[in-house]
Amino acid sequence: MTSVALLGQILDYANRPDPYPLYAELRRTPVVRDESGPYLVSTYWEIKGLLHDPRVSSDARNLTPDAAAAVGHEQDPDLPPSFLLLDPPEHDRLRRLAMRPFGPPHTPRRVFEMHGELAGIVSGLIDGLRGRDTVDLVDDVSYPFPVTVICRILGVPREDESHFHEWADTIAAGLDPIGTAEERAAMAQAVRQARADLARYLAELIEERRRAPRDDMLSAMATEHGPDGQLSPVEMITTSVLLLIAGHETTVNLITNGMLTLLRNPDVLKRLRGEPGLVVPLVEELLRFEPPVQMLPQRTTLADIDIAGTVIPQGAPLFLMVASGNRDPQRFTDPDRFVPDRPDNEHLGFGHGLHSCFGAPLARLEAQLALTELVRRLDAPQLVEDPPPYRQNAVLRGPRHLPLTIGGVRD
Amino acid sequence: MSVDGHLEALRREGRIVIVGASLAGLRAAETLRAEGFTGTLTLVGDEPHEPYDRPPLSKQVLLGKVPADHTRLPRRRPIDAQWRLGSAATGLDLAARRVRLADGDTLDYDRLLIATGVRARPWPHELEAELDGVFVLRTQDDAARLHHRLAAGPRRVLVIGAGFTGSEIASACREREVPVTVAERAAAPLVGALGGVVGEVAAELQRAHGVDLRCGVLVTGLEGDSAGRVRKAHFSDGSAVEADIVVVALGATRNTEWLADSGLGAGPRGIACDAGCRAFDVRGIVTDDVFVAGDVARSPHPLFGYQFLSLEHWGNAVAQAEVAAHNMVSASAERRPHLWMPSFWSAQFGVNIKSVGVPPMADQILVSQGSLAEHRFTAAYGYQGRVIAAVTFDQAKWLDFYERQIEQAAPFPPEFTTVDRRPEGHQPVSAGFPDPSQPTHGPTVTLSGYSPTDRRVSFTPRRA
Repeated sequence: MTSVALLGQILDYANRPDPYPLYAELRRTPVVRDESGPYLVSTYWEIKGLLHDPRVSSDARNLTPDAAAAVGHEQDPDLPPSFLLLDPPEHDRLRRLAMRPFGPPHTPRRVFEMHGELAGIVSGLIDGLRGRDTVDLVDDVSYPFPVTVICRILGVPREDESHFHEWADTIAAGLDPIGTAEERAAMAQAVRQARADLARYLAELIEERRRAPRDDMLSAMATEHGPDGQLSPVEMITTSVLLLIAGHETTVNLITNGMLTLLRNPDVLKRLRGEPGLVVPLVEELLRFEPPVQMLPQRTTLADIDIAGTVIPQGAPLFLMVASGNRDPQRFTDPDRFVPDRPDNEHLGFGHGLHSCFGAPLARLEAQLALTELVRRLDAPQLVEDPPPYRQNAVLRGPRHLPLTIGGVRD
Repeated sequence: MSVDGHLEALRREGRIVIVGASLAGLRAAETLRAEGFTGTLTLVGDEPHEPYDRPPLSKQVLLGKVPADHTRLPRRRPIDAQWRLGSAATGLDLAARRVRLADGDTLDYDRLLIATGVRARPWPHELEAELDGVFVLRTQDDAARLHHRLAAGPRRVLVIGAGFTGSEIASACREREVPVTVAERAAAPLVGALGGVVGEVAAELQRAHGVDLRCGVLVTGLEGDSAGRVRKAHFSDGSAVEADIVVVALGATRNTEWLADSGLGAGPRGIACDAGCRAFDVRGIVTDDVFVAGDVARSPHPLFGYQFLSLEHWGNAVAQAEVAAHNMVSASAERRPHLWMPSFWSAQFGVNIKSVGVPPMADQILVSQGSLAEHRFTAAYGYQGRVIAAVTFDQAKWLDFYERQIEQAAPFPPEFTTVDRRPEGHQPVSAGFPDPSQPTHGPTVTLSGYSPTDRRVSFTPRRA
């Protein structure tokens, strides 16, 4: 069986600023076994096919025991998985219940109606940059903005952020399929601890909201009953942990990658300034070009799957390399160019199929608002260093800091 | 050279007539212009309205969410056409290349596209059909009238026929909290399109939403009051129901009467055409200047045994119109076949129903994901050991996968397991389609025909 040794390089921090040449090499064999164990799928049509394939499972309990050990997917004995890591019918029921207070069909206008509130948060953060000539876009805008938003939506007090920031980072880091057995064991232990701490924190909060409900998702989950009944107390915790982490660790990268890409393409930045409506297709192109989630490393197979000349055996770990699929020349013309109004842009930035991004409408709106306002209000923004320093995380990839010099802040 | 020159002249200054100004006609016109056709383009429509979208007529319009005259189709590009609306085509002279219109005018053409679609099958008893309160639902005007009467708060609506249109009307009535009775000749709703197993689920859905569903009965007569308003319907089982609105939803009739004696291969089942959308004449010879698209067309599909499929599907109308328009102005080597995967959707009683492939061709069915009892499932349909169709209730995200299975002639029953496979998903059962030799009113797909010799796709089921 042919295998490659590319995953190690992709996960290597040295390649964080530009993993795309490695993805190009990977695409030479659309479906291939990496020598470290997992099957890597790197081409658009194959990824999309598998995202819609009912023989593909997101539940790590379907991995063979050897495979589970090899990729470090051990079950947390304390807390069951969230719907991200479950299959139907459990996944569907939990996701429907979580969607009830968030989106259609039950709450169709939730995100739309937050437009004014979100715009206010962004302008407040940008107002705070007045009088400064250097800023760190991550710490000053792209991190605090989505965190404030997800806290408000869920009903988590923003002032507790210092507590759960570290838990959230640790849990997100646990997504990375990193190196040696010892490292994995240590990581698994840290993640378990962080999940337990965050769970305890949220459990108390949910109990508070159950007694005194407010207009937020935790209250809705704790008090409302629908045709599917209600989430159990443990399901409420796993679901809110998931939403808090997802709202925390992804949009920050979308906004930061967006500003970085705009500063690397000054003609596009200039165009956006004069043509704010361009931001809608621009954010889609960003999701294709620099997706905040680079790969989906938590799938496995319920049966042998014969695809693109390779048979993926039952129970094998399956990594869907969506950032690579997004640059597949078989699907996108001129894939390595950033084309802000690219037509026919059905990217994999939010995944596809059953597990497609739960928060996508919110992430879109946040990125659209943040980028329009940053471009409109920051005078002469310049990158201080290119590439900027990246976060360790290879799955949720993005700059840790994005230092900029600015000439001023407009009204 | 001379052939190329002829085509070039056609594209530059030819005359193209499109009969039928609905979805297929409009999309074909737009495609012709997109392909660079700069000659004269004429669109003929029997209704006075500009092209409009029909799916909302039995859903949003009846619920009052969208006015009937706000369903105009979005335009993809300017088409610079001469419109002959409100004037039906009444005849075709193939030799003279001329279309006759109801107002006496004639239109000469170099290429003709026929996209006259279908119309609602009326209540067969004419005097009863004329009673006030008896409706069909096909056009924008039908929808406006029916909505007006539903809004007035009728005591009870009777829907005759539980195909997709009838079921959607009943669903809209229940959403408006109007009492509704549905009379269906078959054993369950949607049986003609989806078979008896899924039809049972549709029946449960209707009853759970308060529909007075009566299956296995015929409506034998409609009775009016002295003022000529419908009052009562009598059923074959001896019962009767009082209703002040009766909607006749007995399927559709193809608009081909105007082609009688034209020499074209047109009849009650539609107009036969080849995979390139060229119409056959009555001798079985393909024409080179008359093309067909949309509900009125009947064309062979290699994935389904080269049967001549006639599809009343929105997506088919668009895809076939695009292929027909392209082929009308292209040299033979550049022509494309219309090999669309049949698919359709319906929304009723809060459930999103979607289908790919040709369910009525199936002999067996397997609920491969989810559960019938929960009204949330994916069912695979099998025909002679291969997957031929799939239907989802509130599980549309899986359909892409099953579409690939159909295209690849994957074996049936599926040899693999899937997420959410329940005990009922381990053994296929009979799909429960009514005997095709019995008259049936509601299939969305009609199957007939033969195998031509030009095979583009060959399938080899892994099990014979």
